[in-house]
Amino acid sequence: MTAIELATSNGTHMAETANDAALAIRGMTVSYGQKPAVFSVDMTVPVGSMTAIIGPNGAGKSTLLKAALGVIKPLAGTAHVFGQPVSTSRERIAYVPQRASVDWDFPTRVIDVVLMGLYRELGLLGRLRGAHKAKAMDCLERVGMQDFATRQIGQLSGGQQQRVFLSRALAQNADLYLLDEPFAGVDAATEKAIIDVLQTLQSSGKTVVAVHHDLSTVCDYFDRVFLINTTRVAEGSIKDAFTPQTLQEAYGGRLATGQLGQTALGA
Amino acid sequence: MMGEEFVALSLTPMLIGILAAIACALPGNFLLLRRQALIGDAISHVVLPGIVVAFLITGVVAAVPMMLGAAGAAVVAVLMIEAIRRLGKIEPGAAMGVTFTAMFAGGVLLLEQSDTSTVHLDVEHALFGNLESLIWLDATGWDSLLDSEALAYLPVELPRLLIVLIAMCVFTWVFWRPLKLSTFDEGFAQSMGIRTGALGFALVMVAALAAVAAFDAVGSIIVIAMFICPPAAARLMTNALGVQVAWSVVFATLSAVLGYVFAGYGPLWLGADNAVSAAGMIAAVSGLILCAAAVFGPHRLRGGAPSEI
Amino acid sequence: MLWHALTLQLGYNATLVTLGAMLLGIAAGVTGTFLFLRKRALVSDAISHATLPGVGIAFIIMVALGGDGRSLIGLMLGSAASAWLGLLCIGFLTRRTRLAEDAAIGAVLSVFFGIGIVFLTFIQTMSEGRQAGLEGFLLGSTAGMLFSDTVIIAVGGALVLLAVIAFRRPLSAVAFDPEFAASRGLNVARLDLIMMGLVMAITVVGLKIVGLILIVALLIIPAVTARFWSERVTGVLWVAGIVGGLAGYTGAAVSAIAPALPTGPVIVLFLFAMFALSLLFAPARGVLAAVLKHLSFQRRVHIRQGLLALAQGQPIYEKLTLRLLQRAGLARADGVATQDGKARAAKALRDETRWQMARSREEFALAATFYDGLTEIESVLTGDQIHELDRLIGAPKAVHS
Repeated sequence: MTAIELATSNGTHMAETANDAALAIRGMTVSYGQKPAVFSVDMTVPVGSMTAIIGPNGAGKSTLLKAALGVIKPLAGTAHVFGQPVSTSRERIAYVPQRASVDWDFPTRVIDVVLMGLYRELGLLGRLRGAHKAKAMDCLERVGMQDFATRQIGQLSGGQQQRVFLSRALAQNADLYLLDEPFAGVDAATEKAIIDVLQTLQSSGKTVVAVHHDLSTVCDYFDRVFLINTTRVAEGSIKDAFTPQTLQEAYGGRLATGQLGQTALGA
Repeated sequence: MMGEEFVALSLTPMLIGILAAIACALPGNFLLLRRQALIGDAISHVVLPGIVVAFLITGVVAAVPMMLGAAGAAVVAVLMIEAIRRLGKIEPGAAMGVTFTAMFAGGVLLLEQSDTSTVHLDVEHALFGNLESLIWLDATGWDSLLDSEALAYLPVELPRLLIVLIAMCVFTWVFWRPLKLSTFDEGFAQSMGIRTGALGFALVMVAALAAVAAFDAVGSIIVIAMFICPPAAARLMTNALGVQVAWSVVFATLSAVLGYVFAGYGPLWLGADNAVSAAGMIAAVSGLILCAAAVFGPHRLRGGAPSEI
Repeated sequence: MLWHALTLQLGYNATLVTLGAMLLGIAAGVTGTFLFLRKRALVSDAISHATLPGVGIAFIIMVALGGDGRSLIGLMLGSAASAWLGLLCIGFLTRRTRLAEDAAIGAVLSVFFGIGIVFLTFIQTMSEGRQAGLEGFLLGSTAGMLFSDTVIIAVGGALVLLAVIAFRRPLSAVAFDPEFAASRGLNVARLDLIMMGLVMAITVVGLKIVGLILIVALLIIPAVTARFWSERVTGVLWVAGIVGGLAGYTGAAVSAIAPALPTGPVIVLFLFAMFALSLLFAPARGVLAAVLKHLSFQRRVHIRQGLLALAQGQPIYEKLTLRLLQRAGLARADGVATQDGKARAAKALRDETRWQMARSREEFALAATFYDGLTEIESVLTGDQIHELDRLIGAPKAVHS
């Protein structure tokens, strides 16, 4: 194996088709202070796929997502969505931030949070019509939260908060869904509800990318993985990229070998 | 109390107090929710050096250059706080503390060193304002409100604050959605293309405009109190942002009216014969309202309304 | 004159005030560091503003009791009482309501100050109140001080400093890591209370010299300044104490020769000058150093990424990368590597390959955690280990240009 092959062997050889990709990240480096959190990462997400971004704590998973969206400014690198720069294709992206990133004591109701997803549609002063509310209610129903529409957001459980966030993303009616730890700290019922929604999205041709923590559910929930530990370790289908070897490379000594063997497909 | 004398002596200061209070309370709602309540404190301290510098440059005490000077000082202060916070990696509270004390100290020293004996410009005026002096001597009674000649001699602060208040309302109305969105979830707002940094700066600038306009009439102490107390009390009354803003306007108005009345007539009721500072009393009343809301407000506790559970 | 003032040759009163201000400055610098590290710097602003009603009430009570009303001790006691009340209000608002601490601070600060102003305007209408000079408490003034007042300030400054020294160990432990301190059996709540007590004492003693509006600067600026010079708690404490002491000393001395100048602003501007110099020029954390470091870091990242792209025959996506490579003589304008560039690219790729191998092998797991794209593998692994890696990688590499 030559070095060149080694360096790209885990890649998907899709760099040339970046223009067709739902999300194409090139040479992305992000740094907080003097140490890169994400270094020179390329990522190519095909349209209609469902990709898990996995890696150990502090590997730069959320950072990569935020940098791709322009929420944090990268030191180097570019991100394109369906062949367009992110800044000109925002209406095609829906984003679900980490639940803990907002102040749930904010004075507002569940339905208002979902309506925030319609901001680009409504604009600054566009009138909020019955149709908008009906759409928001519909999005709440898709995550099973319709009965909570007028509830204060401060009164929700963690799982319910996550469903509201997902529902807001649904209201954005996008083609690419980027989710940051959607399953972190939620109950089993919520996890099931969320994955059902995501799989429905995929079957209607949408693209889903989620930062994911739980290695044991990767194979059930996703069809592609992106392994990251500061830099890209592996990217591709579960079969190709989610192997004991790539997991060892991403997690180093942080996972017991036995666990690696059990989790990864084909072991 | 409601006769001719009232129109000439009390109506205008009271109205000016109300306008100033509401103009500060409106942006204060968002500052409170963004955990930036003390930005109002910082801004109102740096207004003084801005005004002094404007006076030293122009040599006159005139509204426009002073407003510009104060607004300039607010911009300098905000940039300096951000610079200290980001470049020096200092927490925002400390960065604010460094900035506003230094600028205020600079303003005081400039004031002491320059010849301002001929003009009405001193530290105490900057702190307490002089609401009581903004009277409408040409008014002879309620009819004067229809008398264009008398109206021409209204204290200039009144129309000025009215314009500023209208600007506040327009800003809040136009940017309601992005303000709400970026205050609640900045990352999501950015992902939608909202320039949250610029919006946050605009909010602080608008707050500075309110502070500057109100400062001249009522002094910086009311400005700080009105930025924080009415919105904070309002937050404890409701869990809906729109209702909170409405409550804050009610509380600001109530503080201004009651504060003015207590300052003017309270000492008389108690047997003393001189009024006390209206600015101080308005701040004190806003504190009483906050106190009441903290004890009885239906939504005073975190995690929603206990009454509904 | 200035020299005389600085060398304490302006008479007994001025000397005592200057020494008192210096002791107070040291105490404030140290206590402020605890506050700053606990991220509660602006609580001190509320405390100092909350002293004003106490000053007013104390004056009124003393006059009502037939006294002079200007007794510094009496006014200090009054200010301490109302500052304490203000502190209780902040605690109530943050613990018993949903309001955050910044809102509580702002509310207490403005309301107490407003009430204080009401009292001051009332006092001005009292016949005894016309020469009360209570306005001096706003901005500080050392002019026309009585001998007894200067003694109070010097003794007060010394006492506060002694108290700070006595509590420095547990307070720095709590400031550095409250959870660890609690696990070691320290009562964090009580130490926080002591810290607030010290802040209050400093405020009360400093009221007459610095004034209540600006005393917060004496607590905050030394700590913030010191933070630029040291990464250790003890280091910060020392620098903050020295900065605070210097400012107090110089400020009081200068105002002794220029009685028209309010002392508070002079002290604050001295402090700010020291802060500004530190912000700009401190060696490790200063702005100048940080900017230079960031630029060189950005350059390293771009060159490294560019070299890896060259080595793998990939296009260079960003103009900045190409420009930096060009400037370093590693690539031509059309993106083709120079001779030098080829060699460096090969080295970069070899490094990257070694890292990748290290990360995929369990025996190198610890070393692999150092990977960040920039760290040289030679700085983490021994020569033997690198040989082992090369053996695992296999045959000598072919490198595309």
